[in-house]
Amino acid sequence: MKYEVVIGLEIHAQLSTRTKIFCGCSTAFGAQPNTQVCPVCLGMPGTLPVLNKQVVHNALKMGLATQSHINRRNIFARKNYFYADLPKGYQISQFELPICEHGFLEIPSEGGVKKIGITRIHMEEDAGKSIHDEAFVSKNETLVDLNRCGVPLIEIVSEPDLRGAADAAAYVSKMRQLVRYLGICDGNMEEGSLRCDANVSLRPFGEKKLGTKTELKNMNSIKNVEKAINYEIKRQAEILDDGGEIIQQTLLWDPDKNEARAMRGKEDAHDYRYFPDPDLVEVYIDEKWLEEARKELPELPDKRRQRFMDELGLPAYDAEILTASRDVADYFEQTLAVSGNPKKTSNWVMGEILRLSKERNLPAGALSITPARLGELILAVEKGAISQSAAKTVFEALVEEDAPVAQLIEKLGLRQISDQGALEKIIDRIIAENPKEAESYRNGKTKLLGFFMGNVMRASQGKADPQKVSALLREKLTS
Amino acid sequence: MQAEVANGSTTVEERVRLFLDEARRQKDLNCFITLFEEKALEQARHVDRKIRAGEATGRLAGLVLAVKDNIVIKDTPTTCGSKILNRFDSPYTATVVERLMAEDAVILGKTNMDEFAMGSSNENSAFGPVKNPHNNQYVPGGSSGGSAVAVAAGLADAALGSDTGGSIRQPASFTGTYGIKPGYGRVSRYGLVAFGSSLDQIGVFASTPAITARVLEVISGHDPRDSTSARVEVPSYSEAITPDMKGMRIGIPGEYFQKGLDPHIEKSVRALINEMEKAGATTVPVSLPMTEYAIAIYYIIATAEASSNLSRFDGVRYGLRADEARDLGDMYARTRSEGFGEEVKRRIMLGTYVLSAGYYDAYYNKAMKVRRLLKESFDAAFGQCDLILSPTTPTTAFKLGEKTDDPLSMYLQDIYTVSANLAGLSAISIPAGKDERGLPFGIQAQAPSFNEQVLFNCAQFIHNLKLI
Repeated sequence: MKYEVVIGLEIHAQLSTRTKIFCGCSTAFGAQPNTQVCPVCLGMPGTLPVLNKQVVHNALKMGLATQSHINRRNIFARKNYFYADLPKGYQISQFELPICEHGFLEIPSEGGVKKIGITRIHMEEDAGKSIHDEAFVSKNETLVDLNRCGVPLIEIVSEPDLRGAADAAAYVSKMRQLVRYLGICDGNMEEGSLRCDANVSLRPFGEKKLGTKTELKNMNSIKNVEKAINYEIKRQAEILDDGGEIIQQTLLWDPDKNEARAMRGKEDAHDYRYFPDPDLVEVYIDEKWLEEARKELPELPDKRRQRFMDELGLPAYDAEILTASRDVADYFEQTLAVSGNPKKTSNWVMGEILRLSKERNLPAGALSITPARLGELILAVEKGAISQSAAKTVFEALVEEDAPVAQLIEKLGLRQISDQGALEKIIDRIIAENPKEAESYRNGKTKLLGFFMGNVMRASQGKADPQKVSALLREKLTS
Repeated sequence: MQAEVANGSTTVEERVRLFLDEARRQKDLNCFITLFEEKALEQARHVDRKIRAGEATGRLAGLVLAVKDNIVIKDTPTTCGSKILNRFDSPYTATVVERLMAEDAVILGKTNMDEFAMGSSNENSAFGPVKNPHNNQYVPGGSSGGSAVAVAAGLADAALGSDTGGSIRQPASFTGTYGIKPGYGRVSRYGLVAFGSSLDQIGVFASTPAITARVLEVISGHDPRDSTSARVEVPSYSEAITPDMKGMRIGIPGEYFQKGLDPHIEKSVRALINEMEKAGATTVPVSLPMTEYAIAIYYIIATAEASSNLSRFDGVRYGLRADEARDLGDMYARTRSEGFGEEVKRRIMLGTYVLSAGYYDAYYNKAMKVRRLLKESFDAAFGQCDLILSPTTPTTAFKLGEKTDDPLSMYLQDIYTVSANLAGLSAISIPAGKDERGLPFGIQAQAPSFNEQVLFNCAQFIHNLKLI
């Protein structure tokens, strides 16, 4: 393609505070429509907003995690527009002094890590939800659910630093990972707790001036972000190739039809008439507050991944997977604290734990098998108390029953026989029972070792330590 | 009256009945939009029971109050004097009303007002104008005209009003009542339907300084539901009240005694100042050079905030909704065209204009800068004096219909009062005499924010002179 793609993203992240930004209503998702509302979030005449400080605190953490400049003085502004799901006729947001500015996020990109600028992060309230096109809404009706009204959001605006759909997908993915690490947003794109709009434009390579952009909305998964942007790049490129002009507009992505359509009734030059909200006082972030937020910051994913490689000697692949979510990384480290073996622990977590977590649709930390138990199990294998294959059985048992590992091994009768005398007894008997095969072995048919191994393992009901059995068999058969 | 109720020579119920009879008798004044007949009697009986049982009663036990119809009370109508709030019942109660009730006040009804508190004559009400009880050909002032008249005509012991640019003090002046606008943040605005949020304050009308002070001390104080309410301790104004003028430094702003001021009012105010000097006060000339810009910046800031505050009246959730709309935009346009009166529309348009892209800096931003300068000039003046005295209004009441076609001359009614709102000061209008037609006028005292006590002391001194 002969065009350079320029993309800037606006991400809205719903902050997972218990209550809304300006009133005490619950923010829980999925309640009956219009049940999580009060006079304040309904915009009843005479009501006033009172700021939930936790919102500022969470936004502050996001700012620190993205190396942003923190504006100490915070002013809320009113963004005025009429819509049926906006009860006050204005949205309380930040305009002139957003809480964070000039941050960045690093994303994996073609040819290594790429730094994506973050223009600003500001706090605002969410609007309600208008329902036009469900089956139960008749043609000239719109239903409005105001439960979401007043749910706190941060809007994260990137610089136009992204150069393609893959970049954009990586950025959203990184951002989602970050908000989850920070514990400030659940990052659920399907439920709309993380929403992404993309500004897309094309320009000939070497051109400095930006091309006319379009805004893409309604991309409710990372896969759709990538698909929608690719769709739009192709559409714009075709227009430009034909000598046409791009019309600045807002497009809604339709994930079912895999196409973007121009939003109907879009008012273009919207004048929001921002001005400082006189109902709210300036919020000042002092050194103490900043320090508190800084102390609460967890080790961030990039740093943690690097540490897993440098200090624990894990392969890059393992480190990447283990640190993808804070939950799994925490689980891994807690297990490691008991097992003491990074690679073995990594194998277990990447294998059994991730499988189980997916099967049960639970975060690792919520699984019935605790990191401590898994650690004990790994340790038992290390010490030779059970075999690797028996360990799988014990693992399944641990999922069902939170008993000490040693106790379960006994209960299941899986303790490995590594006692020399006991093993010799079995081996001697098996050799005695199969004189012909022993003879053949001694005559050079060493492939028969497998035959003896199988018999010994069967005779020990799988409890014999295979390494020891193999060594002893070789010794006895050649002597 | 509280004493008579307390000693049993009358009951609260009896008083409420008398007020209700009086309200019906003086119906032509048009001062109530809603009268709580049965509800008020019920409240009265509740207080009477407490008194009979010898239980502790609240600080306002025995008093019967009226409340401006832009202050909400749960499950009762609030109209703001507008058609657009047709059949609207509030789902909650304002903090000030909760505080009144907690101190055993009885609420008699909701008073008429200029629509959304926009006006200086009470002619901008969808429920018709309020008449001045001193002469029913004249306006009572506005926007809290109904509350002022309720007190002036003896239909309530006291009334709550709201003051954004003079909406308590100007009608107090026109009706011969005491009317105080406390310092910004003194009284919670939670439950006051907003007009200009950075200027609005709830205040009190009454016929004596003592009752005014008593009611104000009850409704004042920090409210966690209003972020702009101040965490400043509230003194017991009514107990601390003293007419002592000794050592009081009175600032006289030359800018308030210029062209346009009724000579009779000027003479009376100067005579009053003379009396205060005789009682031991001293006077100092103070300079308030920003006064000439006050009206201009007030009408930029107040309308800007109003244009946003009134957006919620859109026909979607409550109040009036126009029929036969083609789509959402059309419904907004029809509802708001039908629901709002001329003055409200004029101010919404003005406010929308001054906040528009390209004009914001020239109007709103500049007005905010001048507002800061104005506040600084008051701070400087209060370095030299304890209060600033002036007339409340340049004239006495005007005739109904006299200024309705001339919004600018109507806006100039607020020339002496808007500064207190812009600078967040506390200010009171004190009845100071009557003109040759028998129409009252007031003298305004302004003090730094939250220093309402000095205003009450001054009011008490003037009250004791028995000028009216």
